[in-house]
Amino acid sequence: MEPLTNKKKVLAQKPLTFAERMYLPAITKGLSITISHFFKKEATIRYPEVEREFSTNWRGMHSLKRDEEGRERCTACGLCALSCPAEAITMIAAERKPEEKHLYREEKYAAMYEINMLRCIFCGLCEEACPKEAIYLDGPIVPSDYLRKDFIYGKDKLVEAPLTLK
Amino acid sequence: MEIAFVLEKFILVTIIFAISLVIAMYSTYAERKVAAFLQDRLGPDRAGPFGILQPLADGVKMFMKEEIVPTNSNKWLFMVGPGLAMLTACIGTAVIPWGTAIQIGERVIPLQVTDINVGLLYIFGVVSLGVYGVMIGGWASNNKYSLLSAIRAASQNISYEIAMGLSIIALLLVSGTLSLKEIVEQQHGWHWNVIYQPIGFILFLICAFAETNRAPFDLPECETELIGGYHTEYSSMKLGFYLFAEYINMFVSSAVIASLYFGGYNYPGMDWVLQHTGTTIGPLIGTLVFFIKIFAFIFFFMWVRWTIPRFRYDQLMHLGWKVLIPLAIANIIVTGVVIAIIEKF
Repeated sequence: MEPLTNKKKVLAQKPLTFAERMYLPAITKGLSITISHFFKKEATIRYPEVEREFSTNWRGMHSLKRDEEGRERCTACGLCALSCPAEAITMIAAERKPEEKHLYREEKYAAMYEINMLRCIFCGLCEEACPKEAIYLDGPIVPSDYLRKDFIYGKDKLVEAPLTLK
Repeated sequence: MEIAFVLEKFILVTIIFAISLVIAMYSTYAERKVAAFLQDRLGPDRAGPFGILQPLADGVKMFMKEEIVPTNSNKWLFMVGPGLAMLTACIGTAVIPWGTAIQIGERVIPLQVTDINVGLLYIFGVVSLGVYGVMIGGWASNNKYSLLSAIRAASQNISYEIAMGLSIIALLLVSGTLSLKEIVEQQHGWHWNVIYQPIGFILFLICAFAETNRAPFDLPECETELIGGYHTEYSSMKLGFYLFAEYINMFVSSAVIASLYFGGYNYPGMDWVLQHTGTTIGPLIGTLVFFIKIFAFIFFFMWVRWTIPRFRYDQLMHLGWKVLIPLAIANIIVTGVVIAIIEKF
């Protein structure tokens, strides 16, 4: 059979020549290789001070978006929860009252919206399912914590900060 | 014995002791930094600027650790081991000439604790004693890995001491003296022994690696086979002493290599410098040059550690007995013949 790759190499166990048995030429070669690395730029990123840029399609912590008037976009349709393969999203819908028009864009809104970050697999399906462009996984890495209950993120942590008035 | 003499020697001993401890301390830091740079990493940089305080943090950590003495160990020897390792590592510095005598006021102070006429033999004696710390530690632990490591250390040191001694004999033929001070004095300016004894130098260097248990000859303390070797059972500052002793050994052997083969405190153009700086500053510049050479060798020790993989035990013995010793004997014969021919004509 034809080999699938060209990586196959036949190893020949030849006895070492005299120069090879001296070790020293090989050692000097090795030393020159290691010293060349001494002057190379290090690959380390000093993490807490310097953070590596995420790639453009990075999926991090979720955020619930607001529209251009600062109203929450989410209409609590439940499509995100339905699409979620890990069943991490829970929500309770409520009807908007007339005086809350400046807070919520649609007539129905999510009174409670929770994502269990321990269940979430950051697949981004909620983002794709959302018809109102209300949820995006554009945040940072979800920080660590001690208790399981602290990983259930409510609206206080998920909703975008309100627009600042100009 | 005048009081000033005793005081002078006491101060000198204290300074040398302090310097070798500080250098050993910062060798641990340098080792980690060099390892990091050779592997495209950064190394410790959290304790103080550039991680300068890292050795202190390590020392505090060592002191804070719980001290564990294994139940079935030999308690007395278990305690003696690390102390002995440290002692034998430190006393080697006594005969090394750190510089020419400096003149302060009327007084001429030699920068060498004692110039005994068998300085080289003394160094060899101390080096062979060095294995006792390892052996006693390995034996007293009552642990099979430690014992294996002790056996390895003993046989390795005995094997390489012979080659080391033989490589030195060729040097003795050239210099004609056992006093380290005189050997260094003979290498005035650029007449370093490495030019006359290149083979001897390489043999001595290889043996120095083996004697200090450094990679690629670190078989007594290989982690993969012997889970740390003779210091497997040690904790707290006793372990610290063993690790520390290794770095002091490295410093002392670097100093010995530098003074035997690389001219010690001699450097090209030293006469001119001595004329222009006077008898107090001039010798100190020589001492500085000596330390630069020592640091270069310590760096070389580390550089080699992160380049060459560990030898297998049979390869180690093969290299020691079948390669280095015959080479050293051949070196002696060739040196002797050349000296005889030169003296004849």
